[in-house]
Amino acid sequence: MTADAREPMPGRAVQLHPLSRRIMHWVNALAILVMIGSGWRIYDYYPALSIDFGFPYYLTLGGDLSLSEALNNEDGLANALAWHFGAMWVLVLNLLAYLVVGFASGHFRRDFLPITPRAFLRDFAAALTFRLQHRLGEYNAVQKLLYWGVLGAVVVTVLSGLSIWKPVQLKELTWLFGGYEFARVVHFFGMAAIVGFLIVHVALTILVPSTLIAMILGRASGAPHSRTGGHR
Amino acid sequence: MTRPLLRPTPLATSIERRLFLRQTLSVGALALLTGCDISDNDQVQRILKFMSRWNDRAQAFLFRREALAPTFAESDVVRDFRYNAYFPMSDVPKLSAADYRLQLSGLIADKRPWSVEQLHALPQESQITRHVCVEGWSMIGKWSGARLGDFLKRVGADLTARYVGFECADGYYGSIDMASALHPQTIMAFKFADETLPAKYGYPIKVRIPTKLGFKNPKWVTTIYVTDRFPGGFWEDRGYNWFSGS
Repeated sequence: MTADAREPMPGRAVQLHPLSRRIMHWVNALAILVMIGSGWRIYDYYPALSIDFGFPYYLTLGGDLSLSEALNNEDGLANALAWHFGAMWVLVLNLLAYLVVGFASGHFRRDFLPITPRAFLRDFAAALTFRLQHRLGEYNAVQKLLYWGVLGAVVVTVLSGLSIWKPVQLKELTWLFGGYEFARVVHFFGMAAIVGFLIVHVALTILVPSTLIAMILGRASGAPHSRTGGHR
Repeated sequence: MTRPLLRPTPLATSIERRLFLRQTLSVGALALLTGCDISDNDQVQRILKFMSRWNDRAQAFLFRREALAPTFAESDVVRDFRYNAYFPMSDVPKLSAADYRLQLSGLIADKRPWSVEQLHALPQESQITRHVCVEGWSMIGKWSGARLGDFLKRVGADLTARYVGFECADGYYGSIDMASALHPQTIMAFKFADETLPAKYGYPIKVRIPTKLGFKNPKWVTTIYVTDRFPGGFWEDRGYNWFSGS
């Protein structure tokens, strides 16, 4: 599989996404949203944090509360758990495929590396002053670090989730996360990091819509140094 | 055992909560959002049930009989352990040792009922383990009693059968896989925190299974049976995962 994000043609910026990456991206997007929505309802039942914080019911996944109560004398947790433990297989299998393809094809090395501290500081300063240019097909240092960061957050969230799911069979893992109770806190903050990434990710996609086109159709091109990304 | 009610009067508080939710949402937004949640769709329910059955198999595969639940120190035991059932504490079954008999049924050779006295004469052991509720809370408690696996052997249960089922005085029912029933930490608990099991915690028998979620630990057990036919369970029949192993 060719995972090149650059185009040999000079002057024109092109973003390419092979079909496998696009499929994995959208499968992941769906799985993550189901995990977050159902996870929020599970959280609300017995918050892992001791602060007074809960997710509004209408943002959670698991169906109508009154219907669950009428049918089953239970208020909607069963559905949320069923979603969570169903979608986790999709999420994990897709993630494993993505990691294998990403490392084997060179996509990670080529597109997410290198990140030098200097490039990061430069791009970060530019981003803060809204002067960071987006060149299609090339990730700046801030972006690269964000992708590694969210990948790390997903891995931590999955592992802490496993340690909550199987605190006996995987007790060493649970121990690693500070025990059952603390693993729930880690799981929460892993989710929070992913949600934080999603907000930035979606906001930037709105700013540079051609990246969305590339992630759907596989290719988008634009002017080489367009600030808004791709629209000439 | 049972998935807990956070509140003693579930219906009243949930109505209150629902009113609160209604107030916080505009009618239009509510309609839109309930339209978005596809959880109650028949086809979706079928998929979720299929995945739950898949998870039963996956968990049975992951289960290792030699993997012991972590144990804790006496000082970790929670003093005021949570009362937990699908009804308020005033409805707790009050069983008397004089009348109580544990009934045995199904694929068991010796089905003679057991009195409390006979049960207490069985070799006993204690465990300090974490009770994990499907809702997410957990508490460390100390339970003492006889190993269920030894008991099943003693009464000549068919240990190659697939399920061990429980019926309870409160109408609750449940079942577990044979492998979990034979796990060394699965006990018929007669004591909690070194005292005779109080009525609210399941007198005279709570089956304590630290390798399973709390609702798989039935209280006020009156019948134990062995079968190859899938028995389901109270909360499992209401959409919760059957294996629910830890």
